[in-house]
Amino acid sequence: MFMKLIRILFRNIRDAFKSIIRNFSLSLASISCITITLLVVAISMTLSVNVNNMMKNIEDDVTIVAWLDKDITLERAIEIEDEIRALPNIQEGKEAVILDDKESIRQEWMKASDTYKDIMKNWDLREDNPLKDAYQVKVVDIEKLDETSDQIAAIDGVFLVQDMEEMVDRLIGVFDVITKITYVIVIALILVTAFLISNTIKITIFSRKREIDIMRLVGASNSNIRIPFVFEGLFLGILGSVIPILVTVYGYTALYGQLDHGRLFGSFITLVKPNSFVYIASLILLLIGVVVGMFGSWRAVRKHLKI
Amino acid sequence: MELIRMRHVHKVYKNGVTAIHDLDLAIEKGEFVFIIGATGCGKSSLIKMLYREERPTSGQILVGGIDVAKIKNRKIYKVRRKLGVVFQDFKLLPKLTVYENVAFALEIFGLPKDEVYNKVVKVLELVGLKNKAKQYPTHLSGGEQQRVAIARAIVNGPKILICDEPTGNLDEVTSMEIMSVLEAINKLGTTVIMVTHDTDIVNKLKKRVIVLDSGRILKEYAEGEYVHEAN
Repeated sequence: MFMKLIRILFRNIRDAFKSIIRNFSLSLASISCITITLLVVAISMTLSVNVNNMMKNIEDDVTIVAWLDKDITLERAIEIEDEIRALPNIQEGKEAVILDDKESIRQEWMKASDTYKDIMKNWDLREDNPLKDAYQVKVVDIEKLDETSDQIAAIDGVFLVQDMEEMVDRLIGVFDVITKITYVIVIALILVTAFLISNTIKITIFSRKREIDIMRLVGASNSNIRIPFVFEGLFLGILGSVIPILVTVYGYTALYGQLDHGRLFGSFITLVKPNSFVYIASLILLLIGVVVGMFGSWRAVRKHLKI
Repeated sequence: MELIRMRHVHKVYKNGVTAIHDLDLAIEKGEFVFIIGATGCGKSSLIKMLYREERPTSGQILVGGIDVAKIKNRKIYKVRRKLGVVFQDFKLLPKLTVYENVAFALEIFGLPKDEVYNKVVKVLELVGLKNKAKQYPTHLSGGEQQRVAIARAIVNGPKILICDEPTGNLDEVTSMEIMSVLEAINKLGTTVIMVTHDTDIVNKLKKRVIVLDSGRILKEYAEGEYVHEAN
């Protein structure tokens, strides 16, 4: 019994290959259909993964800078941290609220250039230092950036709050539009190509109606008839996903290299690293190809079976 | 032993045409039966019901113990495995060789390769085409193609062979060759039911004959009784 199943399995695989070769032009049509769909899927996947990644990067990087009063004492300045942390929409963790006190700012500037060093070297005492202490604050939800800024500004001892709201708003707006447009285009294209694939396989199988009729005639059950076609669909799916996978793996890696480690706009907006991304994407493409191929065949044969 | 039993079979097509009207028929194991009649007399409908291409509107049809009228569509293969069918237009797959066309009917069931080979070679020998196993159907004459179709129909060792105008496309000499192949198969124990309008063949073979007219059995002749009266 087991041997018989193995034999039937191998015969089906062999027949699937044979009929792909025998019906080459129609197989090619099906394969091209799957290839086109998967290329579209690959591009959309790359776009949306990167857009999402960029949005996440930006959200992580957005900070509110709260300048403190010029004459504030260091003790009061440190107290303010707790007050900021007590506000809603502030990220957790040590990095989320950082105090740049004027002494450390001075040290940094002095390191940066000799001119500054000359000017600032006499500001040893806190009272002499004309700079201001500042907090860098990271928020959870960028949409509420404005609200949080106001709340920080209301804290006693906070002199001025700056956020990058306008720039962030604009960027997020642009990305939002890009994401929506890609989704619409991709969904439309996938629907169109899915329809094409199903039709192509239908034509392929219609051309083999005779074969199916004869199979039925000599006593093949419905599953006897269907399984070879489903295997064929599986191989068509695998063959159809070859080009999209190659394009994804090599194309994306090349693009990433071309852009100097994926730096699209400076180091602020970067592409997702290709390593794991391209392999996961390839796996998804292969899976979609196989499922589409098998399902397409399964459905197309169904029409010719008496059920 | 009765292999085929039809009781009160009616067949009315959806367009209202009555093809078979209250037909009773019994066919014994090992018989060779001709079904003849004018075009539209219902002979095709009759045998189509035997291999369950059509379902009777009412009545009972037993083929090798299976009630064909009641069987579900997805179980049709159970009937088909009990019988072989041969058609006027051969129904061969042009892209498969003679050997593959015949082996096709066995491979579906997952038979081991050497068993398939042995059986196919044996039937090809029986129909006299052993030396053409590697050729494609398009390179064969009509008679040879029909012999391939017969080989495919009997390779599973069915108890019944149904032939729908198997000589309809063939000349007289070739037709007689086909008939001698069918007779040889019949002698090996297979029941043969053949629909034809070629009365010369019926005359020469002197088998049991059933004459249909307007969906009813007009006349029945036992073996050797039938003599066609020329108009």
